[in-house]
Amino acid sequence: MAASSLCHRHLLLFLLMAVASACLGTAAAHQAGSGEGYTIAGRVKIDGASVKGFGLPAKTSNTKVILNGGQRVTFARPDGYFAFHNVPAGTHLIEVSSIGYFFSPVRVDISARNPGYIQAALTETRRVLNELVLEPLKEEQYYEVREPFSVMSLLKSPMGLMVGFMVLMVFVMPKLMENIDPEEMKQAQEQMRNSPSSFSGMLSRAQG
Amino acid sequence: MAAPPRRSLFVLLAGLLVFASLATLATAIYEDQVGLADWHQKYIGKVKQAVYHSQKSGRRRVVVLTEENVISSLDLRSGDIFWRHVIDNNDPLHQLSLSHGKYVLTLSSGGTILRAWNLRDGQMIWETNLRTSTASDPQLHVMSNNKVAKDNLVLVSAGRWIYAVSSIDGAISWEKEFSIDGLEIKRILQSPENDVVYALGLAGSSKLALYHLSAKTGEILKDIQESLPGGLCGETVLGSDNVLVALDKARSSLLLIEFMGERISYNKVHVSDLVQDLSGSFKIQSLSNGVISLQTSSSISLLKLKGTDGLEVLQRFDQPAAVSDSLTITEKDEAFAVVQHLGSEIEFIVKFTSDLSSEIIREKVNIDQNRGNVEKVFLNSYIRTDKSHGFRALVVMEDHSLLLIQQGDVVWSREDGLASIVDVTTSELPVEKDGVSVADVEHNLFEWLKGHMLKLKGTLMLANADEVAAIQALRLKSSEKNKMTRDHNGFRKLLVVLTKAGKVMALHTGDGRVIWSNLLPSLRASRFGGMPSALRICQWQVPHHSVMRENPSVLVVGKSGAESSTPGVFSILDSYSGEELNSMKLDHSVVQIIPLTLKDSSEQRLHLIVDSNSNAHLYPKSPDALNVFFHEMSNLYFYSVDIQANVIKGYSLQKSCGLNLGDEYCFSMKELWSIIFPSDSERIAISETRKMNEVVHTQAKIIGDHDVMYKYLSKNLVFVATLSPKAAGDIGSALPEEASLVAYLIDAVTGRILHRVTHHGAQGPVHAVLSENWVVYHYFNLRAHRFEMAVIEIYDESRADNKDVMKLILGKHNLSAPITSYARPEVAVKSQSFFFTHSVNAMAVTQTAKGITSKQLLIGTIGDQVLALDKRYLDPRRSVNPTQQEKEEGIIPLTDSLPIIPQSFVTHSHQVEALRGIVSIPAKLESTTLVFTYGVDLFYTQLAPSRTYDSLTDEFSYALLLITIAVLVGAIIVTWIWSEKKELRDKWR
Repeated sequence: MAASSLCHRHLLLFLLMAVASACLGTAAAHQAGSGEGYTIAGRVKIDGASVKGFGLPAKTSNTKVILNGGQRVTFARPDGYFAFHNVPAGTHLIEVSSIGYFFSPVRVDISARNPGYIQAALTETRRVLNELVLEPLKEEQYYEVREPFSVMSLLKSPMGLMVGFMVLMVFVMPKLMENIDPEEMKQAQEQMRNSPSSFSGMLSRAQG
Repeated sequence: MAAPPRRSLFVLLAGLLVFASLATLATAIYEDQVGLADWHQKYIGKVKQAVYHSQKSGRRRVVVLTEENVISSLDLRSGDIFWRHVIDNNDPLHQLSLSHGKYVLTLSSGGTILRAWNLRDGQMIWETNLRTSTASDPQLHVMSNNKVAKDNLVLVSAGRWIYAVSSIDGAISWEKEFSIDGLEIKRILQSPENDVVYALGLAGSSKLALYHLSAKTGEILKDIQESLPGGLCGETVLGSDNVLVALDKARSSLLLIEFMGERISYNKVHVSDLVQDLSGSFKIQSLSNGVISLQTSSSISLLKLKGTDGLEVLQRFDQPAAVSDSLTITEKDEAFAVVQHLGSEIEFIVKFTSDLSSEIIREKVNIDQNRGNVEKVFLNSYIRTDKSHGFRALVVMEDHSLLLIQQGDVVWSREDGLASIVDVTTSELPVEKDGVSVADVEHNLFEWLKGHMLKLKGTLMLANADEVAAIQALRLKSSEKNKMTRDHNGFRKLLVVLTKAGKVMALHTGDGRVIWSNLLPSLRASRFGGMPSALRICQWQVPHHSVMRENPSVLVVGKSGAESSTPGVFSILDSYSGEELNSMKLDHSVVQIIPLTLKDSSEQRLHLIVDSNSNAHLYPKSPDALNVFFHEMSNLYFYSVDIQANVIKGYSLQKSCGLNLGDEYCFSMKELWSIIFPSDSERIAISETRKMNEVVHTQAKIIGDHDVMYKYLSKNLVFVATLSPKAAGDIGSALPEEASLVAYLIDAVTGRILHRVTHHGAQGPVHAVLSENWVVYHYFNLRAHRFEMAVIEIYDESRADNKDVMKLILGKHNLSAPITSYARPEVAVKSQSFFFTHSVNAMAVTQTAKGITSKQLLIGTIGDQVLALDKRYLDPRRSVNPTQQEKEEGIIPLTDSLPIIPQSFVTHSHQVEALRGIVSIPAKLESTTLVFTYGVDLFYTQLAPSRTYDSLTDEFSYALLLITIAVLVGAIIVTWIWSEKKELRDKWR
């Protein structure tokens, strides 16, 4: 592995080549067999320290790495490393499935002309990866978080609003009534007795 | 304590609905609501191999490999899953073995992938890719106490390759490719001294080769080859340490091949000499110490090997029976188990191979008749308290269930047939009988209030841990959701599922328990005969008015063999009890099943079955059904999609079919139209149509500027997607220039293509869902190298000018004009595509009772989760800067990709492993839909796409309401007293 990355300064990924190329040393060992292709090797890195809540352990034991939408599936090892062997040249897609985390799919280009040149980029953010280390873009919180108890939330609930309105009516309305000129008040009351028609009309008169 | 009753409190108010749907786009649940309305069941599938932990480890566990490609560690005490991995179907598992007592080794993909898993927690330790030609029957052999390299070597053979792999890190220590063409290594053995490995292989059909290899280096020490006259069929077992028993090519005799010496010697034994009533094929299985078992369709014989001289029949068991592999008990004793059926019981017999005449254990175990016959037995021993050996066995039954039997009892059982669901339908529960009053349920007002106080504390985050647990228990205990009667909201139903084993099971939506199960006799496989396959389950009778007293029933359609021309089988089951009401063998094959919307007078649904001779058969076969059908026959059109021939054809029906004129229930199909796609540029990838039972509330769609758009609603709309041949392969195999996807909207009556759009640089796999007037499909965009979801909405233009009120009043509108498919529709199409992050396994859309509630797409992602995505994200009218009016209408500003909100995963923190299907069932309550997803796991939940606007949720705090009312009443009283006093004061003044 080391030899191959030395040979290609621009080789940005861990890469083992099966096809004979400049690096005969590593290539020879993997030339056997029927397949002709490249190895995509990388690492899934989940930061265990930042894990919190809902009892989802930051284990890689259930982390699947999926090539080309299910063509091949492998699992991450305890240290997070994974590899796909015998991958033909072309443009491929790697997805990581791990409950509790959101991973961006990764576009992996294996060059046919320039054997062994591999390029990788996150498809979501278009960020180019220097090495194939896949980190979750974010943690996924599957549950709504309960708001901690606060007086405001209680007041905002329909019941709170009902109580609030009532309190307003009890304490503020009398004050408003006090501000009204007693003369006018009397007038209004009289009018109301005479014509108990419109409540809004009374209000407008009270204001005026 | 009952859960607060959900009552339809408010009349459906459109305004409220809009408000509710605007308020939130994601419907999520709180963590403490898990398990309230949802359930998740984990399965593994039919076990095909099982390896027990050694007794020394002290753990009672077993590792199993199943036909659903699952590897799992089970607790022997309870049957619970410790860990489990569902391997992709592209990577079939062949062999399972334990190494070092702490690793599980699996060999998959035709012997090319060897993986080691940690026995304790299932973590993958290493994975080694072996470059072999993929073989159908790769072998895995773990060398025992090999001192060569300080760790146990694992030998893998596939085809003519043999690899020795270190079991600690998976490094290949040596490899060997044998030179004979077509050689397939059948057995790997090791010498007692552990320094020589014997590889026994077959080349072609007649050449037997034996290699002696050095265990250290893989160097060939000796190479013996022998031609066998007559040839071999490839099936071999190891009779004893040095005798291989092989079946000859004619499958009529056994060859006993001794191979340990310098040369290979053999002897031929005719099976008919051993077993008299031989008919059909047979299987051989090796026990040890020279005992093999011969299984024919009628019996199992235990044969003793006498060198290569011949075989002697020692004992015979009648089928159905099963024999386990041998299990080493002590240095010289090896035990095996035989399980045979005795009426309604099974008999569990354990014997030592050294003395077949005596039995160590003979126990009778009662077993549910609906489990069928015993298929496999895995024997295990344990040491009793008095130091003697006790035996227990895992038994795999015909319905794929797994049982542990010990001391004449079934200790536990797992319904693993549910891991392979073929089809799902639902059934209502019986109506509640009178006499049960609500008071009985809510027995104690104080208890009820206490419960609500607890819940209030929970909502206000004042509850401590104990109280939270109490709330949880209280909610789960609420028997309401598990009752066996119909409920007001239609949440309680039976999910009737058909499994691959031909078993029909009814699950309660409340908690997922199995209400009844029935292994259908017509779909049961005889062990050596044809393999019947279950195809589909439909509703057969849904009683309404006139036949209200009858129970509903379901129809199960199957095939009696693997080929498409084999005759079909019908079975009608009572939905309440699971009893088989009627079963018939059809005299024709089943190619297409078309449930019609028609019903006969006894409320039986009419079904058309299309056979391979292009005839359609009507069921039920009653004159009444025929009458109903004749009435509607001229209006019946249907279509078929032939992916092989790359053609779609539309048909109508004609009386009397060609062959048997007497059969009046048989109709011939008249081809009306056909669309033939050019095979060199387009291959049909998927076809999708509307769900038959989908309800659409309104045709009109009022858009922001008070204009009206009319949806083109046709039950005959078919979506077809074709891919260029290169684009049908895997991602990475095609270049953007040579891949394209063409989407068609076709009218199934006339074959008219309503819309056609080409996506260049698009690749499969394609998943699509069609509902109302829109279709959403998912594919891969090679240029952007991202997955994409496209939406096409189709609107009826011929009604677009019906906006003038005057015209409506004067009757100059065409709203009442008859609609015919033959008229050329004036349609307008809007479409848009968006990026989507994940691969998709399955796609569905939510269905509600009246079709008023907004729709959500249910997307099964590659991570085996189900995402609920609001349809409004997939609106072709989304624009970058929506106008004020459009915003009011609820149009979301355009983004290039669809959002994945973690809270809108309906499966929340669960995974439905190997997700295959998503079914949405409308509840009676308009806002709510029931979602059932299946794969290897099952998951069920209730979903309210626009929140529960028509009922109070469980979250609703009745206590808070009561307190508020009390406070208000108190305040009223206080103010009244105040005003009284004030008035009194005023009067005194």
